[in-house]
Amino acid sequence: MALPKVLGIETEYGIFVRGGDNNPVAASSSLINAYVAAQRQVSRIGWDFEDEQPTTDARGFTMDASIAPEVETTLVNAVLTNGARYYVDHAHPEISTPEVVDAREAVVWDRAADEIVRDSMVFARELLGDSAEIIIHKNNSDGKGNSYGCHENYLLARELPFGRLTSQITPHFVTRQIFTGAGKVGCELPGRPSDDIGYQISQRADFFEEEVGLETTLKRPIVNTRDEPHADPQKYRRLHVIVGDANMSEMATYLKVGTTAIILSMIEDDELGDEWTLGNPVPAIRQVSHDPSLRQTIMLRNGNRATALEVQWGLFERAQKYVQARGLASVGAAVGADVMKKWEQVLTGLEHDPESVAHWVDWVAKRRIVNGYSDRHDLKPGSQRLKAIDLQYHDMRVDKCLALRAGLDTIVTAAEARTAMTAPPEGTRAYFRGRCLEKFPDDIVAANWDSLVFDIGRDPLRRVPMMEPLRGTAEYVGTLIDESATARELLNRLGQ
Amino acid sequence: MAERIQKSKTTHEKPETPDTAADAVTETGEKIKADIDDLLDEIDDVLETNAEDFVKSYVQKGGQ
Repeated sequence: MALPKVLGIETEYGIFVRGGDNNPVAASSSLINAYVAAQRQVSRIGWDFEDEQPTTDARGFTMDASIAPEVETTLVNAVLTNGARYYVDHAHPEISTPEVVDAREAVVWDRAADEIVRDSMVFARELLGDSAEIIIHKNNSDGKGNSYGCHENYLLARELPFGRLTSQITPHFVTRQIFTGAGKVGCELPGRPSDDIGYQISQRADFFEEEVGLETTLKRPIVNTRDEPHADPQKYRRLHVIVGDANMSEMATYLKVGTTAIILSMIEDDELGDEWTLGNPVPAIRQVSHDPSLRQTIMLRNGNRATALEVQWGLFERAQKYVQARGLASVGAAVGADVMKKWEQVLTGLEHDPESVAHWVDWVAKRRIVNGYSDRHDLKPGSQRLKAIDLQYHDMRVDKCLALRAGLDTIVTAAEARTAMTAPPEGTRAYFRGRCLEKFPDDIVAANWDSLVFDIGRDPLRRVPMMEPLRGTAEYVGTLIDESATARELLNRLGQ
Repeated sequence: MAERIQKSKTTHEKPETPDTAADAVTETGEKIKADIDDLLDEIDDVLETNAEDFVKSYVQKGGQ
């Protein structure tokens, strides 16, 4: 049986300083420090890098450090009481959500991350005064050839052969953009003029150059092989997905992680098969992005051709059979069933008329605004004003954000998002991390995904390992944390 | 391929008859058009004052 698909989302936000010094690293630090300083419960607990191994490759070897991604250990790194990590990564502020158990929870804590960023901008403004303003965008490209990611992470069984995973997940990664794409005015393919393409489906597709590999900042691969499970490496893999767009639409995020978790369960159970394996994924991912008509076909390995929509229908049909045979316990039965329903609805809508899903799909919602504005003002493709609309769709300032005015459906209430800014999900080890940080902030010296390090006085530091993502849940440790008056008592009762 | 797709859709249960589904889509379409007109009426107030300069100066360092 497929493992429960514990998952999380990491978002690198675009950052721009108007007025002052536009140094993105300094600005990202100011932003995060402003937020942390405003949270009374959050002390400045460091991130523990002991278990980080971003240079280990899932294909079974370790890369030379000179070409591997670097881990910047000196930059701002905060752990929040909701179990998330808020830090500076490659000159961008980044939030990694806590580990969650299903697609709906992923949307809740992704939305909480957005609200944290919104609050951070306000707090930073109070610190910086009127001379400078830090402006954050939840997008993936500056329109000038520079990209930054919104990554997803899914727990997989170690014994799953990586080669099969790569070839079988690729069709979904190449074609799911028809409902997960965030839309982009212009083209950023090297060597092609920006206005060669008026409008495309994905922010990210132009930046993918390889089918599979370890890189994340250059020659980006559709399937990333970083093998850093942040859990028991004998039992688990973490699939680090770098191919997706950051979504403003909650339903797009829901469908993105919901459908991907289902497909991954099918691959783990060897129920997907190779019918939809692609012949040439790198050109295909760009071709799908560059075709908002959804009519062009891409080559399959078996020699047939199919549109992205046909590949999605094929995957959906397989998923229906899988659900009948095996159920959806691995992705949360109720949420999984709802994802299947919405997946069918979005494909039906895209097939009938993409405009009919403008309340769910970012690239359609954004295109309506771009085209409507262009028609009113008789603008040419490539106009800077259309690019401004594209950018401002992703603006995190409430009074400037066009996505908030685009009529998108919401899944999460404002109150739920606000609670999730400080409260962890209950069904994973993020609960233990978050509750301990909230209750014993002065006794914790470091935290990371798979351990907490306590300093409770005379004894040596005590590391509490959390190698099992589904332990440390409210069910396992909720009462224990509630009843423990001190960190020492908690550790004693845990047998540490 | 087209046959296969057609089959997948007809064999799957649908809550609505084709006619009401089409009507619902048309209704949604009209509402969307009204919404977008409202948004376009106010968009110049929401856009940055110097939107074109803003977009030109918006340069990010690459990330992951």
